[in-house]
Amino acid sequence: MSSPSFDPLLLAIATPLGLAALIALGLPKRWVTKLAYLGFGVPALVALWAWWSFGAAPKEAHGYAFLSRYSTGLDGFGIGLKLGLNGIALPLFVLAGVVGLAAGLYALQSNAERMKSYLLLLLVMQAGLMGTFASVDVFFFYFFHELALIPTFIMVGIWGGRDRTYAAMMMTIYLTVGAMLSLLGLIAIYVQSGAPSFDLLALRDTLAAQPLRVMAQHHIFGLLLFGFGVLVSLWPLHSWAPLGYGAAPSSAAMLHAGVLKKFGLYGLVQIALPLLPLGALHWDHRLALLAGAGNILVIGLVTMAQRDLKQMVGYSSVMHMGYAFLGIAAGSVLGVGGVVMLMVAHGLSVALLFLLSTSVYHRTHTFDMEQMGGLAPSAPALAGLFLAATFASIGLPGFATFWGEVPIFVALWQFSHVFTAVAVSGTIISAIYGLRAVARVFFGPRSEAFERVAAAHPPADLAWGEKLPALLLVAVLLFIGLWPRSLSTGIDAALAASPAPLAAGR
Amino acid sequence: MDFSLLREMAAGNAWWSIWPELGLGCLALLLLVLETVLPAAAHRRIPAVSILGQLALLVAVLLTFDCSAAHETFNGLIGLSPTGEFFRVYFLLSSLLVSILARVNLARQAVPRTEFHHVTLVVSAAAMLLVQSRNFVMLFVALETMTIGLYILVSYYRANPRTLEAGLKYLIMGALSSALLLFGIVLLYGAAGNPALSGHTAQAMQFAGLYGFLADNPRNFAAAAGIVLVLSGLAFKIGGFPFQIWIPDVYEGAPTPVTALLAVTSKAAGFVVLIALVKVFAPYAWLVESVLTLMAAATVLFGNLAALKQHNVKRLIGLSGVSHAGFLLLGVASLGAVPAAEGAVYFYLFAYLIASFAVFGVMTALGGPDDTRQELGDYSGLARESPFLGGVLACGLGSLAGIPPLAGFLGKLFIFVAAFRAGHYGLLLVAIIGVVISIYYYFGWIRMAYFSDEVAAAPGSATRAAASAGLTLKVALALLAAASIVIGFYPGPLGQLVSGL
Repeated sequence: MSSPSFDPLLLAIATPLGLAALIALGLPKRWVTKLAYLGFGVPALVALWAWWSFGAAPKEAHGYAFLSRYSTGLDGFGIGLKLGLNGIALPLFVLAGVVGLAAGLYALQSNAERMKSYLLLLLVMQAGLMGTFASVDVFFFYFFHELALIPTFIMVGIWGGRDRTYAAMMMTIYLTVGAMLSLLGLIAIYVQSGAPSFDLLALRDTLAAQPLRVMAQHHIFGLLLFGFGVLVSLWPLHSWAPLGYGAAPSSAAMLHAGVLKKFGLYGLVQIALPLLPLGALHWDHRLALLAGAGNILVIGLVTMAQRDLKQMVGYSSVMHMGYAFLGIAAGSVLGVGGVVMLMVAHGLSVALLFLLSTSVYHRTHTFDMEQMGGLAPSAPALAGLFLAATFASIGLPGFATFWGEVPIFVALWQFSHVFTAVAVSGTIISAIYGLRAVARVFFGPRSEAFERVAAAHPPADLAWGEKLPALLLVAVLLFIGLWPRSLSTGIDAALAASPAPLAAGR
Repeated sequence: MDFSLLREMAAGNAWWSIWPELGLGCLALLLLVLETVLPAAAHRRIPAVSILGQLALLVAVLLTFDCSAAHETFNGLIGLSPTGEFFRVYFLLSSLLVSILARVNLARQAVPRTEFHHVTLVVSAAAMLLVQSRNFVMLFVALETMTIGLYILVSYYRANPRTLEAGLKYLIMGALSSALLLFGIVLLYGAAGNPALSGHTAQAMQFAGLYGFLADNPRNFAAAAGIVLVLSGLAFKIGGFPFQIWIPDVYEGAPTPVTALLAVTSKAAGFVVLIALVKVFAPYAWLVESVLTLMAAATVLFGNLAALKQHNVKRLIGLSGVSHAGFLLLGVASLGAVPAAEGAVYFYLFAYLIASFAVFGVMTALGGPDDTRQELGDYSGLARESPFLGGVLACGLGSLAGIPPLAGFLGKLFIFVAAFRAGHYGLLLVAIIGVVISIYYYFGWIRMAYFSDEVAAAPGSATRAAASAGLTLKVALALLAAASIVIGFYPGPLGQLVSGL
């Protein structure tokens, strides 16, 4: 495990971070806008390279490839920057790269006020996201998450829309609670296991040889479940999400809802399930109840009642997290594998929806769907892409979401018939609100309000600056939808290598 | 007269072992001499002499840093140790930064300059001796030297009634705490000298001698009372509940650089002494640990809850400092079960120094003619007007709040791990609640600076447009902000502090 002289994973983290530092030191603006392409492009290229070469790359312990380790002076404490990808981390690393590039491109074409600071924060966020999913060290996994989280608060507070200060404050407090609880859980695993370091591989080896006591597993899993649960908007701890996303500027919402929010689920799948299998068994039915009844049914109905387009997308993302939690509750390789696929698919589709909603707003000057209608004739590309995004979000075959939801439903059937029914009915709910939104925004006659806006500012179709990031997201959604094996092989291998209770189903 | 003792020390080169303290003392005297001999026009150069002198001393101390120092000198009054070396650097850094702040802050007042710098240097030298003392006499003398210096500094802007009020409050509370401490020492000394008890000793002023006695008599009532009184006296210095009551008023009234000195040097010295004494009191862990545990929980909660509703930033930073004392006490309370918690406390103190001075620096730069009136509203629109000061403030507050990737986060993490290892689960829960509450008020401050579009028209803002910071302060602030970030990513050599945890 020697450190190679050239490490692409480190490059993917260091490029945006270094660029952010340069901007902070006063890089002139014309340079900033040019170099920013590099800051978002390099991580995306590294992600695609990793995707391409992961299958053939030599695997080290626990199916990890591209491992490298750097000292930060805390070796005595058991912390070191260890980077690497396994089959579970890879899809999310790819997701972070792709959505980051799309969000960056969208930000660059927007005419945000104080563009330099905006790009600086987005770049820090991008570095944090790449780092989160490339970290094998649990400390840095948390550390990079927070690095990406802080810019979100600031971006909501400065560039946000309605109620931005309140929304920023609420997000900050909720997410801090979640982060602190999960930090406590991670510390608990480290201390209780007696592992020599925060290195996930060392933790796995130590706990495989000497699992924690049952009660300890119950408690720690509970801490992680609710800590991560707040971050992933598990009902009833979700209320920061729609409010925050409603207020967030589009690129921040894309990165947060699309990628950063998956941190919690990723933590549960990559850390909590394999290390605390008995804890997972203890909590599975309660988790399923919260996620099934709360996230899917309650929030699903709430989503149907939304008039505000962006709020609706925000609520729908809360609702879709319900499927992911159900998959984790089901616990089998199939269910958890579905969760990983769903994380990627949902990340791409929700980012696309946030992007397109903002583009809609630029044409209608409102997020209120009652005051829209008939946008499709003047903006056919926008309408087409929005429809595609809606289909992807509902989970139509051909889109990646399908390969996330179907395995979860199948796994759920073995877990509980009732929850399968709940989950399937959720699909119907999401079809209703998704398609109704498409109809209200794009088809039918124009509303009076929209007539007035359209007369003053004739709506144009998507410009290339908006189209390019949207097409990128659609392309990846379709690619995974049509060729799911490009990700699922790695996921299967990684999950099959997990400790017994998970791999054996139940 | 008999000079044999002095001759003996001179022969053993004992004086040489405290050269940084002597250096500071000589520098302090030099300032006074310069004021007498230099023409009045050159007096404004004196603060620069102080700053450069401290910088030179700091470099010298860093160059001669001795990680393996471990011997006693001055007949056991002083013990040299790596911890002592570390805190020499710490207090030098702190007094250097206080001098830099004072150079800007004093310029706005009609007060003599030289004496301020003189006293600051003496206070810092006393703090250095304090943390190296191994004998209660030495401890008390060093502590009083430090405290008396602070009495003067707190009421330095004597034309301001709030400052005078603060000075009086600090004087009374300080005297009370000294009395408690002294009474505790006397009880311990008396109990240890009782010939009826086994292990009695005439050397009870010496930490090692007292430890021997306590180990032989783990349930002596007089000793237990003495321990509680000593702990109470120290709790005044660090601002531990229920002895934190003086903090908001004194922090508000004191000149901003002095507030920084109180918040950093005085508090850190209190903690190092506390840790040294907790080790001495180890046979009474049953008592010490429960006192510290209760105090930690109450301090975290009180500090954070009281800070919630503050509008004056100096009161706010004071009360948030109380909550930091609570987090640090969490580490001290874990000391019995996890000796490595000591390093975690020191790391936290270092991160706290960097973050606090970043915030105090911004406060100094923004301060108006009335130093005590610094309201949250004055920060409205700061980031728009001065991105540099806004950025430094965000780094400082973020680090105080313990947000990654800033140094303060690592400090909190180490303390939490230590507390977890020691099994203080309840305390950890309280600490987490405290962190979440603290996010609210730190965030409120940042929100004022960043999210508000209106630029404040408060008294401070008139000077603010001119960015009265001055180059030295700006450089210092930039370095502090950079240090917060770099240490958060790469603690490097500082990581050795926690290597045993």
